[in-house]
Amino acid sequence: MPSILMPALSPTMEEGKLAKWLKNVGDMVKPGDVIAEIETDKATMEVESVDEGPLTAILIPAGTENVKVNTPIAVIGEADAAPAPKAEAPKAEDAPIATPAIVTSAPATSPEVPEGTEMVTMTVREALREAMSEEMRRDPDVFLMGEEVGQYQGAYKISQGMLEEFGPKRVIDTPITEHGFTGLAVGAAFAGLKPIVEFMTFNFAMQAIDQIINSAAKTHYMSGGQLNCSIVFRGASGAAARVGAQHSQDYAAWYGHIPGLKVVMPYSAADAKGLLKSAIRDPNPVVFLENEILYGKSFEVPKVEDWLVPIGKARIARVGHHVTIISFGIGMTYAMAAADKLAAEGIEAEVIDLRTIRPMDLATVLESVRKTNRCVCVEEGFPQFSVTSEIAAQVMTHAFDYLDAPVARVAGKDVPMPYAANLEKLALPNADEVVAAAKAVLYV
Amino acid sequence: MAVKSAYISKKSAKGDKPNLTNSGFTTAEELYAYREMLLIRRFEEKAGQLYGMGFIGGFCHLYIGQEAVVVGMEMAQKEGDQVITSYRDHGHMLAAGMDPKGVMAELTGRKGGLSKGKGGSMHMFSKEKQFYGGHGIVGAQVPLGAGLAFANKYRGNDHVSVAYFGDGAANQGQVYETFNMASIWKLPVIFVIENNRYAMGTAASRSTAVSDHLGARGAAFGIPCEQVDGMDVRAVRDAADRAIEHCRAGEGPYILEMMTYRYRGHSMSDPAKYRSKEEVQKMREEHDPIEQVKARILNGKLATEDDLKKIDAEIRAVVTEAAEFAQNDPEPSPAELYTDIYVNA
Repeated sequence: MPSILMPALSPTMEEGKLAKWLKNVGDMVKPGDVIAEIETDKATMEVESVDEGPLTAILIPAGTENVKVNTPIAVIGEADAAPAPKAEAPKAEDAPIATPAIVTSAPATSPEVPEGTEMVTMTVREALREAMSEEMRRDPDVFLMGEEVGQYQGAYKISQGMLEEFGPKRVIDTPITEHGFTGLAVGAAFAGLKPIVEFMTFNFAMQAIDQIINSAAKTHYMSGGQLNCSIVFRGASGAAARVGAQHSQDYAAWYGHIPGLKVVMPYSAADAKGLLKSAIRDPNPVVFLENEILYGKSFEVPKVEDWLVPIGKARIARVGHHVTIISFGIGMTYAMAAADKLAAEGIEAEVIDLRTIRPMDLATVLESVRKTNRCVCVEEGFPQFSVTSEIAAQVMTHAFDYLDAPVARVAGKDVPMPYAANLEKLALPNADEVVAAAKAVLYV
Repeated sequence: MAVKSAYISKKSAKGDKPNLTNSGFTTAEELYAYREMLLIRRFEEKAGQLYGMGFIGGFCHLYIGQEAVVVGMEMAQKEGDQVITSYRDHGHMLAAGMDPKGVMAELTGRKGGLSKGKGGSMHMFSKEKQFYGGHGIVGAQVPLGAGLAFANKYRGNDHVSVAYFGDGAANQGQVYETFNMASIWKLPVIFVIENNRYAMGTAASRSTAVSDHLGARGAAFGIPCEQVDGMDVRAVRDAADRAIEHCRAGEGPYILEMMTYRYRGHSMSDPAKYRSKEEVQKMREEHDPIEQVKARILNGKLATEDDLKKIDAEIRAVVTEAAEFAQNDPEPSPAELYTDIYVNA
């Protein structure tokens, strides 16, 4: 008889809390009956039975946290000895290298954090929420608008609890109308308010990109400096997990192209918080690119009164001297994992987290490359006309004489994101590709 | 035939010709309207001339023929109400009280232009006069205008915003996204459709469903609308009064469809072959907004021919001064290339 498995409630869910059992051992269960409630950091969902029979065993008690997806949680009917079926499909031939585990270690050193500062562990999601809430407490002109930010508590729960604190005047649920509400928010910014526009994903912001670029980014220049636009456009960008080509694009290069915009793409929770607070205070339009997979990852965040990270400053995430690896956003997971692997082979990589795409902190990049003489840049976005293309061009222009090898790039593959798990893995960069690139520029 | 719905005013729904019953103007109002419309007319004629002489480059969209719309609207607004429009914006800026010299010098791309020569004909702004541009992407100013209204409501003041767009923009999706949001959030925004019958070279009847009443589209969103004789400044002011009162009272948005006409081409490079010379001639002779006011002034003996000639001379002097300034002012310094991209944080 069947085991009931811990279900995945979203494409990126890996584990969750078994909040409550609604059936007791011995109860008869029919298909469609709700037997339990599962909580993740994103949502609470009911688990329905698809089988019929008596609930013979509860394997995971209510209140258990961190239950991995596909763990058997109960048995209907008589338990059989067979192991739980695996959701994994048979491997295709020439199975690709596994994507590395997400590394969530905090930065070794960060110049912004004073010695002895108390650190608290929080997810990127919580960090973003704290940043918005703190800035909304500080400045009544700041408000949040977007799809499902209020009553639904945020599609990714970033804005959870904010409606209760700030009310519907400042946490505004919009219709599904990206082009329109983006224009409306830009107009409000022209009038001096400081909107935070949440896009459920930046893929949907393509419908609004005219307002972001033509209205928000260009007006200050076109008005001869009379009319500024203090606004933050934020939301998930890049691949999540198995959501297909239309929901997986990374927009760093797109917005990074535009004079008049600032573009921020944090990796850690500390940077997410400090940079979002800076973005909200910035008098210019800021595109703030988040990542769905990073939302649930935990990092150390300094516990200080007003944690601000300046826009336009890169962070040396790991000090090394053999090769410089430059990345940003979720690309940092590959860069950091690769640095660990390289270190095991005696190669000390210096890893730079750009944090801001525009204006880019070239000084930090060039200083490192002049020290290591070798450069690998890493991103998840498409390879052509990408952020890493730009880094390569700048390094070539400004540090040509220091280079002992051509700049290497590791990027997403030049294909629309495929759905199949194995193809998606192939389309994304991974740590081994970064390791290979580093070895290539080191000629080892 | 116009679409009949509860949202169309009784006046416009009764007959084929919209809104012919107009309230009267005082003498001062007639003379004000005459002066303001004449300033726009003469300014635009001069801009056309400077364009022909090569002083003005790029796109230049003249407002000649449509003057009553913006002047009538401005007469109903109060200080602090915001205005936003498309690329056919010179008239709106002059009506808002922006300096004709600064506008003309922007057209010639000079240092003293309102955007320091960086914006051009389509992109000028004035925080002081609450004029928010000047937008070159057809329809994009409509949600922006609703955003200005959103800010008024957020701050709890009683200002309204006026968002102008043409019959062509009325087919842009973001206009309807904006109608929807303005209606559900009861934003104090007046959508002014300047229906001059042609979206560049495409007659409304060729591009637009139910092309004889664009404002009626507001009915789907619960937004009241009026179709207005946009060649008669009194009708415009009258309708604007009602719309503004509605908005200030917190009743939400309002649509005014101004039936108007541009005498010139879409832009300077448009020979306007999509319409007959007779059609243009008929509008000029029978419906010209300035001639209408002039006739009322003279027939009603509100002022003498000499009084009007004096106004004409004053206006000509203002426009001549603007043109001279715009031709003699230096180009912006090359150092301006890299300024104003960002505000210093």
